[in-house]
Parts: sequence; C-alpha cells; structure tokens
Amino acid sequence: MRLNKIFKNTLIVISAGIILTACATKKEVAVDKETPAAPKEETKKEEVTKIEKIAGQMQGDVYVGTDSVKYLADGVADRVFFATNESILTTASRETLRAQAAWLRENSNITVVLEGHADERGTREYNLALGERRANAAKDYLMTYGVSSDRITVISYGKERPVDSGSNPLAWSKNRRSVTVKAN
Amino acid sequence: MIKKFIILIFIFIPIKALALIEVDITRGNLNPLPLAVSPLSIDETSRKNFEQILDKDNIGSEISLIVENNLRTSGLFNPLDKKAFLQAPDIANLKPRFEDWNLIKAQALITGKVNFINDKLRVEFRLWDVLAAKEMMALAFTTVPTNWRRVGHIISDKVYERLTGEKGYFDTRIIYVAEEGPKTQRIKKLAIMDQDGANNKFLTLGNELVLTPRFNPASQMVTYLSYFKNMPRVYLLDIETGTQEVVGDFPGMTFAPRFSPDGKKIIMSFAKDGKSDIYTMNLETRLVERITNHPSIDTSPSYSPNGKYITFNSDRSGYQQIYVMKNDGSDVKRISFGNGLYGTPVWSPRGDLIAFTKLHKGKFYIGVMRTDGTGERLLTENYYQEAPSWSPNGRVLIFYRETKTDSKGEGFSAKLWSIDLTGYNERLIKTETDASDPSWSSLLSN
Repeated sequence: MRLNKIFKNTLIVISAGIILTACATKKEVAVDKETPAAPKEETKKEEVTKIEKIAGQMQGDVYVGTDSVKYLADGVADRVFFATNESILTTASRETLRAQAAWLRENSNITVVLEGHADERGTREYNLALGERRANAAKDYLMTYGVSSDRITVISYGKERPVDSGSNPLAWSKNRRSVTVKAN
Repeated sequence: MIKKFIILIFIFIPIKALALIEVDITRGNLNPLPLAVSPLSIDETSRKNFEQILDKDNIGSEISLIVENNLRTSGLFNPLDKKAFLQAPDIANLKPRFEDWNLIKAQALITGKVNFINDKLRVEFRLWDVLAAKEMMALAFTTVPTNWRRVGHIISDKVYERLTGEKGYFDTRIIYVAEEGPKTQRIKKLAIMDQDGANNKFLTLGNELVLTPRFNPASQMVTYLSYFKNMPRVYLLDIETGTQEVVGDFPGMTFAPRFSPDGKKIIMSFAKDGKSDIYTMNLETRLVERITNHPSIDTSPSYSPNGKYITFNSDRSGYQQIYVMKNDGSDVKRISFGNGLYGTPVWSPRGDLIAFTKLHKGKFYIGVMRTDGTGERLLTENYYQEAPSWSPNGRVLIFYRETKTDSKGEGFSAKLWSIDLTGYNERLIKTETDASDPSWSSLLSN
C-alpha cells in the first residue's frame, strides 16, 4: 500500500518533470524576446549591469537568486519559487525540497508549516487558492521523500504577504513562493 | 379606428411636452441636468435646538448639502451655485417664482423646511419642474435628530427615482477593508461607512488579517475571511451586536464567501490538497452542500438575484475564466472567451449582467458582460484594480485600485473607486486610510 503510494507519487513527479521540460523550452524562447540580447552601444553601463543582474536571478520568470532565502539548517534553503500562475516544482525546487526532506527525516520531532504565496498581479481570491496549491505541491514532494503528512500544515497567504514590495518582474518572482517554516 | 388613433396621438403629445424633465441614465452623463437645491429653510427656535443637539450651525443647509453632493456625484445632475439663487429658501418652498429659477437655467428645483417638533427632526421637501412650473413631488419625514444625514440620503434617493425612473443608491453603506502599514506587513481591519464616506467606523482591531467582507441582503450581517489564530476561515459578523462566529470551519482554508440572495446560505470556496471547490452552508440548519467537484481552482462564486444560478471563477481550462452553472452545480458553462484572464464575477442586482476583473497584457480592467458571455464591455483600465461590487440599483460599480511601488519603494496605495455602468463618471471615494475589497449594501430605507 505504502509502496504503491510512493510509486504513484514518483509517477506524478516524473510527469511533472516532463511538463516542466516542455515549459522550460517554451519559456526560454520568451526570455530571449524580452531580454535585450545586444544592448546598443549608447546604453548606459549601469543599465546593462542591472539587466544582467536580473537575468542572473531569474530563469524564465522563476526566481533562482538567494536574496530572500533563509536556511532551516546548513545548506537547507527554506523556500522554493514558482512561475507565474504555476504550481509546478522546478528542478531547483525539487532539489531544495529533497534537502528539506532529508533534514526533516533526521529531525523527526520537528513539524513545519508550508506557507504558499502569490505575486500581486492576480485577483485576491484566486491568489489565495493558488498559494494553497503551491504549498501543497511542496507538501506532496516532501511526503514523497518520506516526511509524514501529520508533520506538515499548509497555509496560504495569497498575495497578502509579499517579501519584496517592488512592482517589477524580479520582485514578483521572489513573491511567488512556498516557504517551509519550523512550527515548533 | 384611425380617427381614435389620431386623437390618442394628440392627447399624448401635450402630456409628454409637459413632463419636461427626464434623465436618461443609460447614456453617458455628458449633459447633466442643471438643478437648484435651495437650502432647507429653518426657523430660529428649531435652528438653536438642533445646534445644541447636533453641534451644527444650520442643519437645514447641512442636509441640503448632502443632497447636492449626492446628486452631483451621480454624474446625472449639475447642482447650480447657490450664490446665483434669487429667491429666499422659505418663500421658495411655499411657491417658487419659476421665472427666477428659469433665469439661472435650473430645470428642477428642490426646496424644503426643517422643524424641531417633540424632540424630533421633521423635514419636508418638494421637487419642482421649473419649465413646466409644477410640483413633481412633496414628502415629509420625522425621525430622531441624529439621523439627519440619512434624511439627506433619502431625499436624494427620492429625487433620483422621480427624475430617472429608477431606484437610487444614496441611503446605503459600504463595508471594506481599511489598510495601513508597509506592503510586506500590511495591517487590515474591517470598516464600514456611509456611501458618501461619512460615519466611518472600524469593526475589527487589526490583530488578524481580514479580507473580502460582503453584506447580506438585509445589510445587517457581513461574511468575510479572517486569519484568526492563523487559520483562514469564513466568518459571520453581526454589525449591530458585534457578534462574530466562524461558519466555514472545514479541515482547510475556506474563503471567497458571499450570501445567497435570500440571505439563508453562504456560498464559499474550500481549499484542500491543492484544489479549491465551491460549497454552500445553510445558516439555519448548518447543512453543508458541495457544489463543484473538480481538480481545478473553483472560487469567487456569486448567485444570480433569483438564486437559480451561480457564476464563478475556475482555471479548469488551464487559466482563470468565468463560468455559470445551476445552483446545484449542474450544467457548468464557460462564458468568458476574450483574450486574457478573467476573475471575480459578480452578478448584477438587475440580473442581466456579470461584472468582472480582466487581466490582459499586464493591465487590469473592470468590465461587464451579459450572463451568456456576449456583449463584453470594458469600463476602466489600470495598473491594478479588481473586485467590483454593484450599487443596489445596478447602475454603479465600486472596486479598488492599487498603484505601483516605484524604484525607491514608494508610491504604493490602495483606494476605492466607483464608475458608472456607462463607463463614465469614474470617481475616487475618499477614505481615512488606504482601502480595498468594497462591498455595497442594499438600500437601507427599503
């Protein structure tokens, strides 16, 4: 029964992976369009650095930087990030969650709250549901790697608790997140 | 037969010619009707009595001012400057000298008087058709003096109804979320105010996050989302008694609540395991009924005024779109097919339209469409705005708008705005604090 469940979850993860690959290819095309690949010579150096900095922190529109990230333990990042309107876990997110699962298996007395969030570019009620879906995506993955569901509580804040108050794509990418918070 | 027909036409024309004032509210208000609101006259004894009780120098002028402001805000009327008035208020109320009012181009005139009788406020008012030199309406109210603002709103509603043929929306209240503090740690409280921003009151202290308050049809109860004890659940608040109770105590988040048109049920979303479905709870029997069952996000439900249908928001097609179904969850039909994402559908109190928020190419729109999805009309475009709520007569929408945070981390604000169904008359509604999630009450005097 348990094996069966693990098998089922793995299947989900694999299919999620396939979808993700498909998405990634699509998104890269979109990025090429948005990023000025060859800035004109008269463009100020500052702007170029800024664009490069943003480009380095986002893959597609998923945040890959470390600005807001906190650590549950050495090397165990507390949060994963999502693409706009998506709740699919990226390769990097799955790596982060595997580290969290390993740490939770080692510290079996710890319970966690998964806080799901959305960016400010959506309607409030839909964002509440989206935050819940994101936190559950993280919860499912932790469970696949052996963390029991009774150690995990899920809460959605929708767009109510941004970590970056900015109104730009980079800020929004930091806000689309699921954060694992120690509850005890 | 033919002869009779001709006679009928002859009779009909003069009558129509006599009823000169008619305000068409289905068109844009490019030509608001000029009218004069003569201050309500008041005798010296009454004036002094009210001054003592209400701390207002001249309650007659104060009530007139409310009427004037309401009519101006509607965009359908152009109240003229009092300085141009030639006739004294008390005499005008007895018998207006129509030539005088005609001279300043007033087409309608409101007069009246205020009395202090047995510790009560008595107000009479008259509406006059200046061109036809006729009284159109005369009414009197008696109430406790502290109700003076409501008297002004009721007079406004009567005038609006007489001149447009439709019920007004001035004797109403708005419940909303008052916001303060930095964006990352926003403090939110439930607040209530009169439709014109007066009598603002906070209903919660701001200790927990509260969102999306909505009135019941009697406008006595409010259902909303509270993060009390960090458990997002749907609550019910009695405005008069202040009693609060949780109604959506499910094993997960309940949100997006609204009342059924008879006030007996609350319809809401329940989120569990990454999917959100729509449920109802009967407030008398506490019976819970599941309405949708789909792995997608189903949220923002809103009943049709007859209670037979529900419009809601779902991403079952891949992205947020608007759907309509029967009240038992059967016969689900997608109705939004334009470019972009659609959310927050709200059924008009007249039943013929659904208002919504649309997100397209990085812009947010408030719009309306027919209940079958045809006739989409976008009323206003902005950086961010959402959550329209209808005035009880279905002629005005109130919503909230947020501004961008600039590169210095400043410039963010959240404010209430209203716009006419015609797409004209967009107005900022002033609030003490930042504000969001407005919900319009029904007419209180009905």
